[in-house]
Amino acid sequence: MARISLKDVRKSYGTAHVIKGVDIDIEDGEFCVFVGPSGCGKSTLLRMIAGLEDITSGTLEIGDRTVNDLPPAQRGVAMVFQSYAIFPHMTVRENVAFGLTIAGASKAEKDAKVAEAARILQMEHLLDRRPSQLSGGQRQRVAIGRAIVRKPQVFLFDEPLSNLDAALRMDMRMEIGKLHNQLGATMIYVTHDQVEAMTLADKIVVLKDGQVMQVGAPMDLYHNPANLFVAGFLGAPSMNFLKVTVQGIDGGRALVSNGALDPVEVATAGRSFRAGETALLGLRPQYLTVSEGPGQLHGQVALTERLGAETVVEITLKDASPLIAALAHDAVFPLGAMVNLNFDPARAHLFPME
Amino acid sequence: MASKFTVSNRTGWLMAGPAILLIAGFVILPFFLAIGLSFTNQRLVSPNPTEFVGLSNYRQLLGVATVTLEPLRDDAGAVVMKDGEPEYPSIRSLTRNNPDRPDLAGMREWFSFSLGGEAKTFVLARDVVFMKAVVNTFIFVIVVAPVQAGLALGLALLINQRLRGINVFRAIYFMPVVVSIVVVSLLWRLIYDGQSGLLNNLLDAISFGLIPPVNWLGDPSTALGAIIAMSIWQAVGFQMVIWLSGLQTISPTLYEAAAIEGASKWQVFRYVTWPGLRNTAVLILIVITMQAFGLFAQIDVMTNGGPLDSTQTIVFQAVERGYGKQDISGGSAISVILFVIVLSISLIQRFLTREKS
Ligand SMILES: Nc1ncnc2c1ncn2[C@@H]1O[C@H](COP(=O)(O)OP(=O)(O)OP(=O)(O)O)[C@@H](O)[C@H]1O
Ligand SMILES: [Mg+2]
Repeated sequence: MARISLKDVRKSYGTAHVIKGVDIDIEDGEFCVFVGPSGCGKSTLLRMIAGLEDITSGTLEIGDRTVNDLPPAQRGVAMVFQSYAIFPHMTVRENVAFGLTIAGASKAEKDAKVAEAARILQMEHLLDRRPSQLSGGQRQRVAIGRAIVRKPQVFLFDEPLSNLDAALRMDMRMEIGKLHNQLGATMIYVTHDQVEAMTLADKIVVLKDGQVMQVGAPMDLYHNPANLFVAGFLGAPSMNFLKVTVQGIDGGRALVSNGALDPVEVATAGRSFRAGETALLGLRPQYLTVSEGPGQLHGQVALTERLGAETVVEITLKDASPLIAALAHDAVFPLGAMVNLNFDPARAHLFPME
Repeated sequence: MASKFTVSNRTGWLMAGPAILLIAGFVILPFFLAIGLSFTNQRLVSPNPTEFVGLSNYRQLLGVATVTLEPLRDDAGAVVMKDGEPEYPSIRSLTRNNPDRPDLAGMREWFSFSLGGEAKTFVLARDVVFMKAVVNTFIFVIVVAPVQAGLALGLALLINQRLRGINVFRAIYFMPVVVSIVVVSLLWRLIYDGQSGLLNNLLDAISFGLIPPVNWLGDPSTALGAIIAMSIWQAVGFQMVIWLSGLQTISPTLYEAAAIEGASKWQVFRYVTWPGLRNTAVLILIVITMQAFGLFAQIDVMTNGGPLDSTQTIVFQAVERGYGKQDISGGSAISVILFVIVLSISLIQRFLTREKS
């Protein structure tokens, strides 16, 4: 069984504190995705779990063993690197069998396990090639193949798809999803692509500056972001934030408005506000609708992007702030046209100004 | 992009000019001169006009022959013994004014061996010293190339770690390379001194006087070995730096991947480091071989080819001939022979270490 638990894990390079006290629990068989902006410490955290970086303080448990001081090989993890890290002078077969060769497995065992991995990854025809004769996606498959032959309890992926083109990335993403279902192993996956995060994860960990911003299921994070950062980070196009004035508080609800927004009541989701204070109202572009009649928001069309199934409209509100609406149908708006917009207050999020 | 620098040929030639002139004057011209002179009887300074002599210089250098002789027998038919060994007819009788064997005229005994039985085969060479020089040079190359390359790789692996103060070690190992070989040779002459040299003193101290002093450079059985040891020490830092640069081209993630798969130190070397050093190894082998064939300064400073020609080398002979004996055509012929040897060996090495696909 391979639960993974991090308790107040920290990492410093001299005086640079890169990971600042992280607590995460990952259940056995869970697909956990670390997301966050570049430089937030995703790779560092993953490499600490792999054993490639020491842990400055805190405890790391894999499968109920504290592994802080164990070398990588004894942690029962396999890792797939962004740069593939396949051995250039070995054939695909030798690369995939590498872990078995190291462990001194017999040729028959190696052949059987390599064949199985090749079947799962559909690369039987590539086995006798050299890495230089493979495409990027095929190399990544080899790297994954090398990871799966040893049947580790935990897989670690560090941005495995970021060197691939968009189409291939989608294919490989689905394959990794299938692989997780097939193998049932615990997987930790680092990415800064939120589509990968949303589609693959059972649990997403959003990181920023070496700290956990929020942990939860993808839909949980999407619909109930705990803070401004998570709200803005997940979803594309990203959430609109309107500066609003809190008119009044009533239990768990606040009445807010601004120059372009008619007063509306929204949930405070446990966050505290005072009347008269300026706050940010978060509205996902997808939950805005253009209304023929009256609306809660008023503005002028600044730009339209027609994507076929979706139309992204940029609107300049009456108070000159920009707003993006993503309409789930094809529509034409003349530039400069006045529009009224509506939204469901239950889908709006109110955050304090930072 | 057509900038002024890529278009203007004149600027280009002007900039390359000084280097081209120097290379032409000091490398290319002498190279062809040497080939040309080796077919003449040119002397360094001579009032006589130069004559074309064809291959005679080469024949003089490379002429070898074998004669198999039966031992001398007395009237009773028994083998004549001298100092416990059978006595053979003198070689001189064959090589001096012997009308039956004009081909052996002027040759001298190089070495002899017997394949069982009483007959003994004598190998004669027209130029025994040159032959010894060739053999010594080959011994030098065959010992120095693998030992120096191996030691340098070991040092490079030790030094290629992120440890505090590792740069001090890098500097120390590299220092002998920076110091002129002439200076190094002078110092080592002192170290090897037969009476009170550092080495003898050291051996004396650690063996509590059991090891008697050895005249390292004065004894034919140790002189070449002493030069080999000192030469390995001197240039090992240079090869180390080449290995280091090769080590640094290996991606660190490959090492991380190997660590995660549980590879031991030796397995990491075998599966990651060594394959990643292939091209460097080829380069080092060729560089060492070429440098080793050029062995000269150490000999010139430390032994002058002696004792008993035990440290003669090809380049030392070339210089000795060309300038010492003013026989510039003979020296040139030696240079050309060396060129052919080094070229062939490099080509063979390239062929053996080629990328197999
Ligand atoms: N050896 C090191 N010494 C000092 N700082 C380091 C070192 N390695 C990483 N860092 C710092 O740690 C922080 C986190 O780096 P990390 O590579 O984990 O980011 P990341 O989230 O993976 O980013 P990316 O998405 O760009 O890969 C960065 O600010 C980086 O500058
Ligand atoms: Mg990273």
